[in-house]
Order: sequence, then structure tokens, then C-alpha cells
Amino acid sequence: MTPTVLMQVYVFILAGFVGYQVISRVPPLLHTPLMSATNAISGISLVGSLVAAGANYGPVSTALGFVAVTAATINVVGGFMITDRMLKMFRQDRKAKK
Amino acid sequence: MKDWFIQASYLTASVLFILSLRGLSSPDTARRGMNLGAIGMLIAVVGTLLQHEIVRFEWILAGLVLGSAIGAPMAIFMPMTAMPQRIAISHAFGALAATLVGIDKYYRHGAELGSATMAAVGFEVMFGSLTITGSFMAFAKLQELVRGAPITYPLQNASNLALFASTFGILLYLIFDPGNAHLFYAMACFGLAIGVLMVLPIGGADMPVVVSLLNSYAGLASAATGFALSNNVLLIAGALDGASGFLLSILMSRAMNRSFRNVLFGAFGGGAEAAVAGKTASGLAVRSTTVEDAAIQLAYARLVIVVPGYGMAVAQAQHQVRELAEQVEVRGGEVKYAIHPVAGRMPGHMNVLLAEANIPYDKLLDMDEINPQFANADVALVIGANDVVNPAARNDKSSPIYGMPILNADYAKQVIVLKRSMNPGFAGIENELFYNPKTALLFGDAKASLTKLVAEMKNA
Repeated sequence: MTPTVLMQVYVFILAGFVGYQVISRVPPLLHTPLMSATNAISGISLVGSLVAAGANYGPVSTALGFVAVTAATINVVGGFMITDRMLKMFRQDRKAKK
Repeated sequence: MKDWFIQASYLTASVLFILSLRGLSSPDTARRGMNLGAIGMLIAVVGTLLQHEIVRFEWILAGLVLGSAIGAPMAIFMPMTAMPQRIAISHAFGALAATLVGIDKYYRHGAELGSATMAAVGFEVMFGSLTITGSFMAFAKLQELVRGAPITYPLQNASNLALFASTFGILLYLIFDPGNAHLFYAMACFGLAIGVLMVLPIGGADMPVVVSLLNSYAGLASAATGFALSNNVLLIAGALDGASGFLLSILMSRAMNRSFRNVLFGAFGGGAEAAVAGKTASGLAVRSTTVEDAAIQLAYARLVIVVPGYGMAVAQAQHQVRELAEQVEVRGGEVKYAIHPVAGRMPGHMNVLLAEANIPYDKLLDMDEINPQFANADVALVIGANDVVNPAARNDKSSPIYGMPILNADYAKQVIVLKRSMNPGFAGIENELFYNPKTALLFGDAKASLTKLVAEMKNA
């Protein structure tokens, strides 16, 4: 295993651990927004897709990249927007606030 | 200098992603958190566009515009009742992007790939392809394009396992011989087939587990992309997504009293087998009630606990539930909502629907919180829920759902069950609660029944 791969494994495991810790504090109330939020975040595949679509690697790569950029953008744009729309609906008791 | 800036943008994005998930620990901070996440995404994209490999922007721009043109209207106009489908299909898009990036990497380098990179690309394409079709199948089932009931055939588990084992075998082989392109594309096709076959035997009530699991797989595919491209932000975001889906799958399977191994290895067919087992209810009689009687019971109740289930979602009755609650509250009663973790078709399904109907979230209580309160409740109003209130889970060892944590609706002083017909729930198990002398059944579509109840209470 090269040092680079080893570092990547480190990063992956630590990120998974942080994720587990952070997400175990999300109340069941917000589990659906959590799913759509992680979905939007996993649209980060956009970063890889952009390179495939924008580098001059030939028509096949450009085509694959273009479809990948489109699919990832649907998740990023749609995911963040719909999560916000859902979260907007969660409100506390009016009487309690008064 | 430029590389430094790119790395800094990725680090910033990773931190913002973690903060955005941290925000979701409370509804008060959640929206601000999501804005941080969106800013993180923007920073990561801008950082990436600075990479020297990127020389032409026309296709990037086209993809961004087309993706936004599809994604934004979907987010704005999608009714909340369609949320399970929308979540399921979005996993397919994420996985599609990851898979295509992996195929592109293989297409360009093929035999030159080192074994570590080949392993990463292989995992990426395998997880990605099975998530694409798996999510699409889940979407089709939720949208009712495909029959929602489990589709089973002989030797299903054995053949699925064999297919999975051979796909994994190909992946291992490719690590040692990355040049074999036919095998690589065969692996991708096998992955697509696994996704379909994996979801076929799954019935509606098991969907929360499957949707969470696919969420996790989509994340793992992204993380594998990170390994393949040596890109830390992909690794981190993928790991966060994978961890989230993994945790949700555990929570969901625990709420259904399934072992996690049982879930991982796709033995979801349990529902179909369960249909044969279970108690039959011959010789027992149910008591049906009228709208008038039920309205009187509710009008005099001091504490009403509503137990919503998938039936409420199907009938889209959440707004009528709120109107009914208002009628109870006008008379000085209190209404609380008991939310079972697997009520509905995805984690948190009931919460989103009730929040949409303007019900304050502090009245939506989790199972552990609400269960001790049932004994004080004058009426437990069960709306389209079945297995999650079946006392057999508590006291009938022969029942297939024995051991599943349930809502103690039967501890309430009176139980009113809104039900379309006497058909048993998804698992095909008779529900003792319906034969309890305290229970009265109000037959009919949940929305219609609730509308009549509200009208009756207004007049009373």
C-alpha cells in the first residue's frame, strides 16, 4: 500500500467516524431531511464529473462527463432546494412561542 | 499556488458539509446548516473548475444548465406525498454520476491502472451500478409502476447470492488483471442486474430499510470515486453519506426487529413468508363504530394520541388530521402524535407529512417518548397504521413480528381505528388490537372519515 492510499484510507475512516457521530445526533423527526441532505452532499460526484466533461480526453469521456454532470447537478440543485423546502415546514407550537 | 487554492477549497467544503449535517441535530439550526452545505458545494465546484485539466467549458455549462432545469422544478413542484419516490430516484442520479466517472476512468486508462486504483474504480462501478437500478426499482415500486408486493420465485436468495459472488469475483480478478475490458463491462452489467433482483422481493413496508441502504451505497460509490481520483472532498462527502445511510439502515432494521445481517444479505423476503404464519382470528368479532359515536368520544377526550401510518399517507389525510386536532383543542383537549420509526415508506415519512399540514413538530413524539403516555390517553386514534400497533409483537412468540418494538396504543382507555377494510396489514398478520374490547373500528377511506368526523365535531 502506497503512502497516498494509506492517507486516503485514514481520511475515509475518520470522515465515516465523524459522520456517524454527527448523524447519530439527528433526531428521527428530521430523518427525511437528513436523507435528502446527504443526497445533495453526495452530489459532490459533480467534482469528478466536471473534470471528465471539461478535459480534452476525447468524445467518449466528454459524453460520459456531460451525462454525469447533469445527473450530479440534479441532485445538488434539487437536493438542497427540496431539503430547504421541507425544513421550512417544521415549526414549533405557536402558543408555546407567545 | 493554484493547487493550494484547490485543496483549500476542498478542505473548506468538507468542513462546511460536516457543519451542515451538524445543523440537522435540531430543527432550529437545520436551515442555516443546509445553507452552509450549499455554500460548501459552490466552493468545491469553483475550486474544481480551476484545475488545469479543464480546458473547455461548453459541455460543463450544458450539463449544469440541464441538471438545474430538471432538478429545480422537481424540488419546487414535487408534492410532499411523493417524497419517498423522489428520495429513491435521487440515489439513482448520484450513483449514475459516480458510475460514469468510474467508467470514464477505466475507459481512458484500462490496463495501466494500478491495483489500488483498479480496486477503487471497480468498487465505484459495482456499487454505483447496483444502486442505479436498485433505486430505480424502489422508485418504480413506490410510484406503483411495478407491483408493490414482494415478487418472489424459487431459489431467489441462492441465485442472487451466486450473482453477487460472481460479480465480486470479477472485481477481485480485475485488480490483478485490469486489462480485461470485457470483464469490466460485464461487471457493470451484473451490477445493474443485482440492483433489480435485490429490490424485487422487497415489499412496501420494508422500503425504509432499502431506501436507507441505497443511500449508503450511493455514498460508498462516491467515496470510491474519491479513492479513484485521489480527491479528498469526494472521499469525505462519500463517507458522510455512507455513514448516514448505514446508521439509518441500522435504526430502521432495529425498529423492525430484523438483524442487520438479515438486511445486508438481502433476505427481505421475510414479509412474504410471514404471510403464512401468524394467528388467525376465527371466532373473534370486531366492533365497528359510527362517525357520531367517534366524534363524541373525541369531543370529550382530554388527551388524544394520533398514531399515523402509511394509510394516512396513501389517503393524503394529513390536513384533515390537523383539522380534527383543532376541533379537539378548541374543546380544551390535547393532541399528540406517536411516530413509529418505520411508519410509512422512508425514515421520517410521517414527520414530513404532518409538518406539511402545519402541525408543530414539538407534538410529534418518538416511540420511546410517547409510549409511557398512552396509559393517560383517553383516545388513541389509529389512522392507517397496523403492524406498528400490533400487540402480538409484545406477547405472541409465534408471531412473525414478535419482538418488534411497537406503539402501546392498546394501553389507551379507548382506541379508535380508521381503516379501509378488514384486510390485514402488509405482513398479512392478524392484529389483536382490532379485537380488543376497547377498540372501535371506523371503516372507510381515512380522508373521508376524518372529514366527516370534523364536520360532526363542529356541529356537536
